[in-house]
Amino acid sequence: MRILTYRGTPLWRDARVLRAVTQIVFVVIVVAIVVYFVRNVFEAADERGLKLGFGFLEEEAGFPIAESVIGYTESDSFRHAFIVGVVNTIKVALIGIVAATVLGLIVGVSRLSSNWLVKSITSVYVEIIRNVPLLVQLFFWYFGIFLLLPVVQESLRLPGPIYVNNRGVFSVWANTTSSFDSWLLFVLGGVVLAVAVRVILGRIQIETGRNTHPNVAAALALVLLPTLGWFLVGESPLIRETPVLERFNFVGGARVTPEFAALLTGLVVYTAAFIAEIVRAGIQSVQRGQTEAARALGLSDAQTLLSIVFPQALRVIIPPMISQFLNLTKNSSLAIAIGYPDLYAISRIMINQAGRAVPIMLLIMAAYLAMSLTYAIIGNIYNRRVRFTER
Amino acid sequence: MKQKRFVAFGSLLVVIAIVVAACNGGDATPVVQTVIVQATPEPVSNRLDVVQDRGRLICAGRTDLAGFGFLDSAGINRGFDIDLCRAIAAAIFGDGNALEVVPITASERGPTIQAGEVDVLSRNVTWTSTRDSQWGNYTTIMFYDGQGFMVPKRLGFDSALDLDGTTVCVTSGTTTELNLADFFRQHNLDLETVVFEDTASVYGAYEAGRCDATTSDKSQLAAIRSGFSDPDAHVILPETISKEPLTPVVAHGDDGWFDLVKTVMWVLINAEELGVTQANVEQQRGSDNIVIRRMLGVEGEFGQSDLGLKATFAVDVIKAVGNYGEIYDRYMGPNGESFTLPRQQNELWTNGGLVYAPPLR
Repeated sequence: MRILTYRGTPLWRDARVLRAVTQIVFVVIVVAIVVYFVRNVFEAADERGLKLGFGFLEEEAGFPIAESVIGYTESDSFRHAFIVGVVNTIKVALIGIVAATVLGLIVGVSRLSSNWLVKSITSVYVEIIRNVPLLVQLFFWYFGIFLLLPVVQESLRLPGPIYVNNRGVFSVWANTTSSFDSWLLFVLGGVVLAVAVRVILGRIQIETGRNTHPNVAAALALVLLPTLGWFLVGESPLIRETPVLERFNFVGGARVTPEFAALLTGLVVYTAAFIAEIVRAGIQSVQRGQTEAARALGLSDAQTLLSIVFPQALRVIIPPMISQFLNLTKNSSLAIAIGYPDLYAISRIMINQAGRAVPIMLLIMAAYLAMSLTYAIIGNIYNRRVRFTER
Repeated sequence: MKQKRFVAFGSLLVVIAIVVAACNGGDATPVVQTVIVQATPEPVSNRLDVVQDRGRLICAGRTDLAGFGFLDSAGINRGFDIDLCRAIAAAIFGDGNALEVVPITASERGPTIQAGEVDVLSRNVTWTSTRDSQWGNYTTIMFYDGQGFMVPKRLGFDSALDLDGTTVCVTSGTTTELNLADFFRQHNLDLETVVFEDTASVYGAYEAGRCDATTSDKSQLAAIRSGFSDPDAHVILPETISKEPLTPVVAHGDDGWFDLVKTVMWVLINAEELGVTQANVEQQRGSDNIVIRRMLGVEGEFGQSDLGLKATFAVDVIKAVGNYGEIYDRYMGPNGESFTLPRQQNELWTNGGLVYAPPLR
C-alpha cells in the first residue's frame, strides 16, 4: 500500500536508488566480462584439444635446473621444479630487498648531504639508474661485468681465499661437525645473556644516571660465551672448507653464480635508486622546525637524524617502500634473460616441456600474487605501528 | 583499514586454495573439466580460406640462426626453414614473398602453434611423441639432425664422455635440454647447466667462457661455429646423443591444411628426385616423363583440387624456392652462403640418405 501512495522523490531521481543501481550494473558488467573470458578459455582449449588440468605436475620434469636451494634432480616432478623456482625467486627477492633498503637509505640520506661531492655522485647515480630500463641494466651486469671477469684458470684470488672468475665467486665456507649442535647452545646462551645484560644495565643507567656501558657489556657477553664454548666442546664445531680448483671449476666452499650475482646486483642497484628518492622525500617531509628544535636541545647531527627526523619520516616512507619491495620481487622475473632459474624462467620451460600453458600461467600468477599479498599484509601491520599515535 | 586487511587476507586465501588445488595434482583434473558444460564443437575454421583472405602466409620462424632462419643484408628473411614457408606461400599465392615471418624463441614454439596464432611453425622443431600429441600436427621430416656438443679446442676433449664436471650452456624449452639431462644421467656424469631463453645469449655466454661446452642440434652448432670470430678454435664432438627430426608443424584440428602443407613438402623432395630444378622447371613441363608431367600439372591430378590448390602449383613452388636439394645447397651446400654441412642422412633415399617422400599421384 505504501508504494502506491508514495509521493516522494521519484525512483530515477533518488540518489540512493541511483547509487545502488549503478553499482549493480557495474558488477553485472564485470562479471559478464570475466565469465566471457573464462568460457572462452575453456571453449578454445576444448576446440584445440588442450588439457587444462593440473595432473601433469606429478610427471617427471626431465630438464636440468642450474641452481637450487632445496635440491633438484631431473627425475623430480614438474611440481618440485616449480617449487625450486619459487624458492629461487624468494631467495633473490629477500636478499635483494635487504640490500636495496640499505643502499637506498645511504644514497637517500647522502643526496641531502651538505658535502658537494657526495651529493653530486648520488644524484648522478639516481638519475642514471632510474632512467635506464632494468632489462638493459641486467644485460649490462651479466654480459658486461660478470662474464668478463677472468676465466676459471686465471681467477682473481682475494684474501680468504675467495676466488672470483666468470663462473662466479667461490669463497671459503664453514662446514659443521658433530660438535656443532652443542656449540650452538653456547651461542644461544650468549645471545640470551647479552640481551639480559643490555636490559638490566640499561635500566640501571636510566635509574642512576651513571654510564654503565650496557652495549659494550652486551657485546662482550655475545662474544665471550661462544668463544668459551668453542674450546669446551672438544672437536672444533666448524671446519674451513676451501674451494679447490679441479679440472674445470672450483669445487667446495660457498659459491655465488654469475647469474644470481648479476640479477641481484641489477635489482638492488635499480631499486635502491627509487628507494633513495622515497627516503629523501620522507626526510624532507619532516618540518624544519623539528631539526631546529633538536639542535637547540644540543643533539648531534646523527642523533637528530636517528631519533628525531627518521621516526617521523618513516610514516611517509613505509607505504611507497613496500611498493618498491613488490616491484623488486616482480622485476626478478627478468631473470629469464640472464639464465637465473627463477619462478618465471622455470615456468616458461615447463610450459614448453609439459605443453600446458593455461594452468602454468595460473600457477605463476598465483605464486606472485601470494608473495605480493604477503608483503602487503606485513607492510600494513608495520605501517600501523609506525603511524602517529593520535591522542 | 580493517576492511582492507580482510580483502588482503581473503585474496591470499584464494591464492593458497588455487595452489593447494594445483598441488593436489590429478584429483583436481576432473573438477576443472566438469565445468565445461556446453563446449559447442564449432565447425573448424578453414585455415586455407583464412590465409587466402589475408593474402599472405604467417609462419613462425627465427631470425637468429645462420642457414636456417636469418636476415640477409637487405633485411629479408632467409634460410632453410624460411624457404619451406616460402614454398607453401608460393603454392597458395603463386608468390613466395606472400609471407610474413614471425620470429619466436624456442620456448614460445609450443604455445604459439597450440593457439593457432600462426599458419605454420617452421623453426628447427624436433618431432617427438609428446609434442605431437600436445603441440600440433607434424607434417613431414624435412631435416634429419642429431644433438652434439661443441667445445673450445684448447680444452682438448675427444669425446662427450669426457665432459664429467663441466658446465654446459643450453637453450631453454628444447628437446636439447632434456637430452642433455638424460645423457649425463645415463653415463653418471656430473653436470652444471646454464639455461637461457634466447639463443644469442647461450652462445654469448659460451664464447665468454661461462661454459666449457654447449650443446644443440649439430646443424645448429655448425651454423653457430661459422659465426664465431675464430671458428677453428671450436670443435664439434663426434657423439650424436639423440635423434632430432626437424619438422614443420601446423595446429591441430584442420586436416585439409595439414594435408596441404605435407603435399607441398613432398613436392620439394619429389622434385629433387625427378631432377626438376628452379632453372629447368618451365622446360620440364614439356618433359615426356609422365610422373614429372603429373607433378607439374600438365596432365593428370595428384590431389591439387582436393587441397584447394591450382593444378600447376608445383611449378610456382619450384620456381620460388627450387627443389629440396637446391634449398639445402643454397645455405649449407659446398658453396652454401651460410656454411657447409655434408648432407649425409639428408641425402635422398636414392643416394643412401633418409629423405623420402610419398609419390605424387
